[in-house]
Amino acid sequence: MRQMVRFTLSEEGYSVIEAADGKEALAKLAAPLHLVITDLNMPNLDGIGLIRSIRANAACKGIPIIMLTTESQEARKQEGRSAGATGWIVKPFTRQQLVAVVKRLIG
Amino acid sequence: MSDQFRQAFDEEARELLGELEAALLELDQNREDTEIVGRAFRALHTIKGSGSMFGFDNIAAFTHDLETVFDRLRSGQLAASSELINLTLSAGDQIRCMLDEASGRGQADAQRSAAILAELRLLAGMAEPGGATPVQDRVKAAEVGVARQWRIHFRPGADVVLNGTNPLLLLRELGDLGRLEVALDASAIPPLREMDPERCYAAWDLTLTTTAAPEAIRDVFIFIEDNCDLEIEPVSGQPVAARASDERQPGLARSAAARVSGSGAASSIRVSAEKLDQLVNLVGELVTVQARLSEISARSGDPDILAVSEEIDRLTGELRENSMSVRMLPLRGTFERFRRLVHDLGRELHKQVELAVEGAETELDKTVIDQLNDPLIHLIRNSMDHGVETAEERRAAGKPATATIRLSALHSGAQVLIRVSDDGRGLDAQAVRARAIERGLIDPTAQLAEPELFALILEPGFSTAREVTDVSGRGVGMDVVRRNVDALRGSLDIASKPGEGMTVTLRLPLTLAIIDGLLVRIGEMHFILPLAASLECVELTAQDIESAHGNRIAMVRGETIPYIRLSEYLRLGTPRPEREQIMVMETEAGHHGLVVDEVLGNHQTVIKNLGRLYRHVQTVSGATILGNGTVALILDPHRLVQGAIQAAQDRKGGGRQQRPPSGRNTHGTVGFNAFTRKENSIHVI
Repeated sequence: MRQMVRFTLSEEGYSVIEAADGKEALAKLAAPLHLVITDLNMPNLDGIGLIRSIRANAACKGIPIIMLTTESQEARKQEGRSAGATGWIVKPFTRQQLVAVVKRLIG
Repeated sequence: MSDQFRQAFDEEARELLGELEAALLELDQNREDTEIVGRAFRALHTIKGSGSMFGFDNIAAFTHDLETVFDRLRSGQLAASSELINLTLSAGDQIRCMLDEASGRGQADAQRSAAILAELRLLAGMAEPGGATPVQDRVKAAEVGVARQWRIHFRPGADVVLNGTNPLLLLRELGDLGRLEVALDASAIPPLREMDPERCYAAWDLTLTTTAAPEAIRDVFIFIEDNCDLEIEPVSGQPVAARASDERQPGLARSAAARVSGSGAASSIRVSAEKLDQLVNLVGELVTVQARLSEISARSGDPDILAVSEEIDRLTGELRENSMSVRMLPLRGTFERFRRLVHDLGRELHKQVELAVEGAETELDKTVIDQLNDPLIHLIRNSMDHGVETAEERRAAGKPATATIRLSALHSGAQVLIRVSDDGRGLDAQAVRARAIERGLIDPTAQLAEPELFALILEPGFSTAREVTDVSGRGVGMDVVRRNVDALRGSLDIASKPGEGMTVTLRLPLTLAIIDGLLVRIGEMHFILPLAASLECVELTAQDIESAHGNRIAMVRGETIPYIRLSEYLRLGTPRPEREQIMVMETEAGHHGLVVDEVLGNHQTVIKNLGRLYRHVQTVSGATILGNGTVALILDPHRLVQGAIQAAQDRKGGGRQQRPPSGRNTHGTVGFNAFTRKENSIHVI
């Protein structure tokens, strides 16, 4: 999944920083970012936790966050939105869908 | 088609109908007068033109035959009779009915239209409504394309930005769906000290014309669906679309409709332009009196009077800005309307043409904008019809198949330049000449320079197109352009290269009655420079002069600025002071300096015309009265610089050959007169 996201976005000309889980993501947050894409299910720190931590970080105010959800995760999706996620993509998704959502949020 | 445009057409058409009626009544008294027939014809021509442009195809089709009849009247193939006049009067009434119908009041009787046209054809001895067919075909074609119009009110939640949504990107995405008009609703923006910069207070009223389904529109907002106010409703008069959305969101659509009609009533009032003019005149008087008050209070030195005077100074300034801004509008509305014209004409003429718009944010006095519409329509039509080639011809000439018509506006000091240019075939000087001789406009032996020759296409009845089309070619269009530009006291330049296209530049005075000026002194005399064109003021040091080795060049912040010493250039004969100041001005020809003795400061300048005798003095655009009652001339930096460049070139070339006199005066306002030396000496009485 992560490779597919990275490959698609790199091809579109975005530079992508990868992290294996929420904890690693938080550690890499220092660089100037334009967009965060996160799965909801991750070891160590899950998607919801990551979104909350990002929103609590004053340096990352207003960064768009996309969460990857599944049809059955409606409740989790709501949780993610109240934590401050900007948008979501329901898995499985096509590369075109991904690019469209990224474009909608960061142009 | 937004209501705003419909309304603009409605107003304009009614005005023209009034003109038509007046002309007809005069014609009844004076059957032979071709000037009156010409007036009636022009009114009909413009109604037809803007009718088809704004999608009032029934009006355009109806007017077409009337126009043809009047064209025959004009050329003397037909004589004016009282039957014809009466019939045209009732045709005018019928067009009014059609306008009423278009704005939702009453209904026009289609049978009556047909009856009028039938009678008209009988009177004029015309067989078939030949020319009307393309318009009717176009109506059918338009019905096939199902672009619908939606009104969208979008108020994002206050925290959407914090959550990473950029509302502007959503607007851009909407814009990808079709043609989008955006109006900001700033009603909820709080005063600065209460504002939290991280919250979003803005809302937008959008009008989207798109073929996309309403679901696709809604989909754009899906991420913030429950964190924003979103109302999407179809624009009325499109029942198919209305039903679809009413079923989905009955409550929303209704409340939005109520809101729109409610707010529309209170947000603006209509005031006659006359009252506004009066207001501006009064403000002008006030500004002049205020200047006197400042002068007197400064002399008296009484702190109480000084305080009051300063207060009044501030208030007059605000009053002036407010009353002027009431009349200022951006050109965007005018420019954007032409997209439709270009689109429709392109289809009709089977040409691929793209309209590029630049400088649409340029603001102009409303009265000027209103009168600009007609000339621009005619210029664009002329380019589309005669200038732009078909795709095949273009490809054969090695040009891109899609032609570009460029519409641009920019401020140049106290003037606005509006350019209409195309990359078509350009003007053929020989064809223009031949045609002008054929029409008896010039003597076959006359020697004309190119600009003078091109100016002939503005003469009434001139047309190089061989046949009359629905678009242009009757030779009225360019005539209208000149009349309108004349009326605005502007001038017009035509430049063209065969095979590369043609550019028409309208140079219009910013008819602001009052401008912000910079008061400068040269010797004992005062002059005003337009503040809008002033960049900065620096001292011209003796070292500058020395290091330029006799050239009139100064280095200002690393930039080489050529300058004009005004006291010499204007031949004022004042002694050179120890210290001089150089005003860096922005002109069409780049940054140039004007050297004066002293820059005194900002001055609210009420522009007074110099009168007819000084019409040809190009370096001075007007005069103003200073606080002490003396007169200061308002200089036009652009013309000054142009004149100086010209003079320098003349000197270099050992005096350029004067053009031979053309026998025919190309009207003072068509500004091709080369700058002559005698113009730059100015005498103030």
